[in-house]
Parts: sequence; structure tokens; C-alpha cells
Amino acid sequence: MKRNSNKPIKLTEVCLRDGSHVVRHQFTEEQVRAVVRGLEDAGMHYIEVAHGDGLGGSTLQYGRSLVDEMKLIEAAVEESKNSKIAVLLIPGIGTVHELKQAREIGAQLVRVATHVTEANVSAQHISMARELGMEALGFLMMAHSAPVEKLVEQAKLMESYGAEAVYVTDSAGALLPNQVRERIKALRQSLDIEIGFHAHNNLSVAVANTLVAIEEGATRIDGSLRCLGAGAGNTQTEVLVPVLQRMGMDVGVDSYKLMDLAEEVIAPILPKAQEIGRGSIVMGYAGVYSSFLLHAERAGQRFGIDSRDILVELGKRKAVGGQEDMILDVAAELAKQKA
Amino acid sequence: MKVKAAIIGSGNIGTDLMYKLERSPYIELTTMIGIDPESDGLKRAKERGYATFDNGIQGLVDNPDLADIVFDATSAKTHVRHAKILKELGKFAIDLTPAARGPFVSPVVNLEENIEGDNINMITCGGQATIPMISAINSVADVSYAEIVATISSESAGPGTRANIDEFTITTRRGIEEVGGADKGKALIILNPAEPPILMRDTIYCEVKNMDEQKITESIKAMVERVKEYVPGYRLKQEPLFDGNRVTVFIEVEGAGDYFPPYAGNLDIMTAAAVKAGENVAKHLAKRLSM
Repeated sequence: MKRNSNKPIKLTEVCLRDGSHVVRHQFTEEQVRAVVRGLEDAGMHYIEVAHGDGLGGSTLQYGRSLVDEMKLIEAAVEESKNSKIAVLLIPGIGTVHELKQAREIGAQLVRVATHVTEANVSAQHISMARELGMEALGFLMMAHSAPVEKLVEQAKLMESYGAEAVYVTDSAGALLPNQVRERIKALRQSLDIEIGFHAHNNLSVAVANTLVAIEEGATRIDGSLRCLGAGAGNTQTEVLVPVLQRMGMDVGVDSYKLMDLAEEVIAPILPKAQEIGRGSIVMGYAGVYSSFLLHAERAGQRFGIDSRDILVELGKRKAVGGQEDMILDVAAELAKQKA
Repeated sequence: MKVKAAIIGSGNIGTDLMYKLERSPYIELTTMIGIDPESDGLKRAKERGYATFDNGIQGLVDNPDLADIVFDATSAKTHVRHAKILKELGKFAIDLTPAARGPFVSPVVNLEENIEGDNINMITCGGQATIPMISAINSVADVSYAEIVATISSESAGPGTRANIDEFTITTRRGIEEVGGADKGKALIILNPAEPPILMRDTIYCEVKNMDEQKITESIKAMVERVKEYVPGYRLKQEPLFDGNRVTVFIEVEGAGDYFPPYAGNLDIMTAAAVKAGENVAKHLAKRLSM
């Protein structure tokens, strides 16, 4: 494959963060240890560990963690040697206090995530992370929802705060390959820092999108084993690595070990096989934040309505990531209209 | 008898305050103080016949008789300095910055107990919108944990809020605990860029020790009416939802549209709460002065 970058690809496994949504934030310390051990053994570059909504996300709004995320991060740090432990921080949910705490117990990288148009709330956290000696990357969520020029403008802000890479984060799994291409290309032409790509597989194009992103020059790539991530999950890591090998790219991660880990450790963690269900398809189609899925299903049950109607309505009202409270509100409203 | 007041800070908040204070039966606004003679706020104040100064608080130091109550809508750093000066001048300070030199106040929850002091702080917009609800629930059901989610339009989030968004979450959490009465609090803020801009919405989750759906609902509704007295666009978006020991309240805040557009209920509720607090302080001072 011809790439528009000569920097090495750095993979981040997100199943212990994005996958937290799937298990309703009930990861145990043993599970985290087993997954990190396997990833370390396979040579994974970065492993993200945190509540699904990032540091400080254990709330009634998003679901409480069974085990304090700091304990999980600490366990992950203990089990890893060469793999680096990463965390996610969404300003407005987590603060620099949690960031400092995570740094103290050994987290080495933070992705500071904002809605694609709101990058300027991240300045405080990106610069603090750099001060703490962490790698600090920007994470522009719901990247499908803004015009390309806006995305570029916001990415440049994050670059100016000290971010060492900016991600195109397809939180809704709504981007199609040509849209990924134009976004990564535009960033490559405007930024001096690395570009990342984070996919959701809601429309079954996560691997395809990731390949396009890599071709255009993205070098920070996210995946989740067995698609253990919100909605239909992310780019399936143990699929991506052999595909890259077929294309002549060795990223230095052992694909057999990843497959074994997915089969033997991740599959038993999954409440059910990660298929692309109707809720996920609708989210990808309507551009809805992937972690809304299970909340919408529960609200649908509670109020006796189709969860797809809730998701589509949330798309219409342009709900952004983090607005889980709107799900109950919209569900109650739809139920009233129906009655 | 009206009590005289001044506003320091001629930005958006200060200007909106000016329009609200104009309608007050208890406060006579006399002065607007800024540092930028070209600021829209100072120009508008001048047009309306108020004394204006563009040399900051020095204007008040030189003319101390212009006000007994001073609304400070500058910045946290600046208010730290102002607080000292205002104290020496014997003025009552109503602080709309995050400086929090004085106690946190929600006018419908704990103003009376702080009225003998000389400096009160208005917490945050999210705090003003949610703490009355938490207090209402706490008074009948004892809140062990309260969590609030404030969602505001991106248009209404100023550069100060954006540069230090942690200050919002941390200060609001403290307000939830210290003023709302929750044993433990948590605050989240979300910016939504949708066009046309969304109204401010607040969701309040409380876990309570003594669940009583009827009492809680009545207490919430009575409190909504009290807040409506100074924020007419404050309303319940849904009936409260109950689930085990948990109650969820959905609030929507539409602003009065004085200087801010109506969607910016988050900014409006700050200035409205400050005016409400100021009026009660004025009544108290008037009583003291007439004795």
C-alpha cells in the first residue's frame, strides 16, 4: 500500500475503554489484567483503559463503574511493560484532577476528546498533560457532523494547544470511505502533527475506512478486539492487523496472538456476539453517538417504544456525545405522543 | 427607599444585569464601570444616563457614595482584588465571577443566612439552575448523591468558560454539596452546537434516603414556582421520573431576552439570580438604614 506518511503506524487497542459501554462499565480487575497481559504479549503499542465516557465518567448519566477506573488503570500498568497505557478525557466530564491521578499511577498518554466544533475546551487539559510529561492527543468526536473546513480549523486549535496528534473520531460510525479520505487529506495538508482515525463499525465499513485513513496518511489507528466497543464496535483489531500484513505492512503486532486473545479472553466477556444490530445500523445511518445504543434500548423497553425511533429523533435534534439524559427525555416525550 | 447599586464589568453579563436592574423596585442602578471606553456595555449605560467610568474600580473608590451594593461581573482574578477594596469601602459585593471570596448563594435556598455578610458568590449557571431542585428534594427526602448535567448552546459559552471548563464542574459540584445539601455531588457540562441554538437544559439525578414520590414531586413543583418569580422561563420539561431510590428532574431554562438571546438561559439565570439576591440584600439594607 502506498501511504502519504512515512511515520510508523501506532495502534491503540480501545476495548478496555470503548468496550466499557458494552459491558455497562462492569469490567473487573481480573478481566483487565488478562486482556492487558495478552495485548502486551502480542506487542500492542497503546492500550486505553478508562470508563467508557473517559476519566470521571462513572455517573448516573452514563452508568457507574463496577471497579474504580483508577484501580483498573493501575492494574493495567502493572501488567504492561512495553505497551503504554492510555486514558481518555472528555472536558466537561473529567477534569485535570483525574488526569493527574491517572498520570501518577502510570498512564502515559491521554486523548482529550471534544465534540468536533468545541476544541477550545481542551486547551487546559492538553497543556496540563504535556506539563505532566504525557503524550497528549486531540480527539474530535462526531467528525461526520461538521464540514471539512470546520474540522481542520478545530484540529489546528488542538495543535496550537500542544496536541501531538489529532484524531478524526467517527463516533457515530457514519462516515463513508470517501468522506474519511477527504477529512484525513485535508488535515494532512494543514497540520504538522500526526493524524489519527477512530472508527465505529455501525455501517460495516470500519476496516475499509481505516485502510483509506492509513493510505491518506493517518498513523494513529484505533481498534477493538472482537469489536468490543460502543454500537457495533470499532475496527476489529485482529482483522485489521492481518489485512495490513496482506498489504505489506508489518506494524509489529502478532496477529495470531491477537486472534487467540479475541477468541479466548474477549469473546467470553462479551454479553452477546458483536453483530451489527438494527440499532447500530440506524445510528450509523442517522449519525448518532454510538454509546447511546444500550441506553436507547433500555429507554425503549421502559416506555414501550421502538429504540430506533428514539435514536432517529436524537439524530434530528442533533444530540452530541454525552447527552445521554436526552434519551430518557425523548423517550418519555415519544411515549406521551403515542399515548 | 431604593438602595443604590453599581455594576463593575461592562461585558455581556454586566450589560444584561443593567437591563434587569432597571426594572427593580428595590434597587436604583447609578453606575456602570468598565475598563474599555469603547465597550458596548459602557456606551449603552451612558446612553441611558448612568454614571460611567472606564478606569475600573477606581471610579467607585473616587465616588463611594454612588452605590451600597456592587455587582461584580469581571473575572475571578479581578474580583479577588475588588473584594478587598469593596470590603474596605463597606459595600456589599455580589460576585458573578468564579472567584468565590464569599459564600455560595442560591437566592431561593440560602440567601437569608448570608445576608449579614458583605460578599456573596453566585456559583455557576448550572448551579443556579439545579441547586434549587436538589435543595427541594433534599428538604423532603434527604439526598445522598446528586448529579447534574447542564447542556448549553455553544453560542452561549463564552471564552472564559471554555478556557477553564474544569472550574465549572468543580465549583458546581461544591455548590451541589454545600448549598443543595447533597452528601456528595457531581456536575457535567455539555456544549451543543446545533443551529438554531438550543435552550439551556439541565438534568438532575438524585439518590435519596427517604423516597416519597408525592412529597418530592410537590416540593419540586413548589420550588419551580419560586424560581419562576425571577426566571420566568424556568420550567419542568417532563414530570419527574422515579426509579427505586432515584429521582430524575428535567429542566429547561429560557432567558428573558434582555441583552442575551432567549436561548442563553444559562447566562440569564446567572444575572437574574444576582438581581434577585441583590434585591433581598437591598431590602435588608434599607431596613437597617431606616432603623
